[in-house]
Amino acid sequence: MSDIADRVRKIVVEHLGVEEDKVVDSASFIDDLGADSLDTVELVMAFEEEFGIEIPDDAAETIQTFGDAVKFITEATS
Amino acid sequence: MRRVVVTGLGMVTPLACGVEETWSRLLAGESGADTIKSFDASHLATTYACEIPRGDGSDGTFNPDDWLDKREQRKVDTFILYAMAAAEQAVRDANWKPEDEESRLRTGVMVGSGIGGLSTIAETAMLIKEKGPRRVSPFFIPGSLINLASGNISIRYGFKGPNHAVVTACSTGAHAIGDAARLIQWGDADVMLAGGSEAPISEIGIAGFNACKALSTKWGDEPKRASRPYDADRDGFVMGEGAGVVVLEEYEHARARGAKIYAEVLGYGLTGDAYHITAPSEDGEGGYRSMKAALERAGLEPSAVDYINAHGTSTMADTIELGAVERLLGEAAPKVTMSSTKSSIGHLLGAAGAVEAIFCVLAIRDQVAPPTINLDNPAVETPLDLAPNAPRKREIRVALSNSFGFGGTNASLVLGRVDG
Repeated sequence: MSDIADRVRKIVVEHLGVEEDKVVDSASFIDDLGADSLDTVELVMAFEEEFGIEIPDDAAETIQTFGDAVKFITEATS
Repeated sequence: MRRVVVTGLGMVTPLACGVEETWSRLLAGESGADTIKSFDASHLATTYACEIPRGDGSDGTFNPDDWLDKREQRKVDTFILYAMAAAEQAVRDANWKPEDEESRLRTGVMVGSGIGGLSTIAETAMLIKEKGPRRVSPFFIPGSLINLASGNISIRYGFKGPNHAVVTACSTGAHAIGDAARLIQWGDADVMLAGGSEAPISEIGIAGFNACKALSTKWGDEPKRASRPYDADRDGFVMGEGAGVVVLEEYEHARARGAKIYAEVLGYGLTGDAYHITAPSEDGEGGYRSMKAALERAGLEPSAVDYINAHGTSTMADTIELGAVERLLGEAAPKVTMSSTKSSIGHLLGAAGAVEAIFCVLAIRDQVAPPTINLDNPAVETPLDLAPNAPRKREIRVALSNSFGFGGTNASLVLGRVDG
């Protein structure tokens, strides 16, 4: 779990150019971390690539926060 | 009609990043050509080009991080990066970064490109073949579209006036400046950022122009000698890359804020050959009419021209342009200096007209015509002074810049000194 969280955090920091300590479970990519809708599409693609999973569009829409992403990926890879 | 003046300059060229650095190297007769470094071109018919010197930003090198946040760089093709760097230089030079809404509403952007995000399109096509459509970046389209140079520039500075982009191959930069000047004349804007940008040096770009038989191929051992307009040993153009952007401003607007005025856009002419997709008409009549129209707009006789920055690509077409210029000037030809700065920087395609218009502005400022380098063995006899291999110190009140593009599209700009 913590390994997944670290890897997701690293991607978020790299893609959105935000401080690591801002990337908390409740942080919304759009409202708190400065992403626009295109950034979130790219983030989901980066998660897919990193974890070798497929995140369907309807599932991607439910991933709004860092916590959502970690939860989804943890379940998808378990 | 409202007058339009040039109040800011910016450029990224194969000689240097920056206007003054480029200009001093141009006058020194340097060449930006070299063996291609950005990718392995050894399997291509042409192995050399005029690439932007990349580095840490010192000594005229181009450091992308100086101009655009690293995270944003990933989202745009290189042609947009060059355009944004040139635009930043131009607005700094003009001291035009207004904070008030009215000024922003009255400032527009017209920065075009001949081909746009060619490398990004090619790379994405490869990616889709290897990994499928789900791997295509959401930034692929907005990072490749030609008008996203203008779009990104307007977003950065909050310029909310006309937002437009010219696409006329190698005439793009000249058309952009001419059209933007007209928007100011007509009152659509008081200030316009105008110019062109191009980043075509890639496997697909070189292979494509090689297939058109347009590029020089024979000078692989001595690339700096490859671009040689009017010379008997020329064998095609040398591809360049980069961007040129000017700040154009309504004369009274510039005066009122005490802006530095480099020159005035006196005339602009544009015509079509209606002849061939890549070759100019052999009698050069399209270029002739373009120059003539620009001078008529300026209210000047051909004899008023002191300096011409030629299209002069180092192809067989050089002599066609030369013939048209001789016909235009008639008996005034012997007192005119005409040079092709493509001999130094190569052919920047959609950026060429903008960068070359800036060279005309600097020629007027410094009263010196830049040289045509590598002109060792002229293929032609002409009464014109082609400034072979050395700059020409001389009076320059009026300069004319020519740009001709695939599709038979021609543009000429007339720029003049502003006294007082």
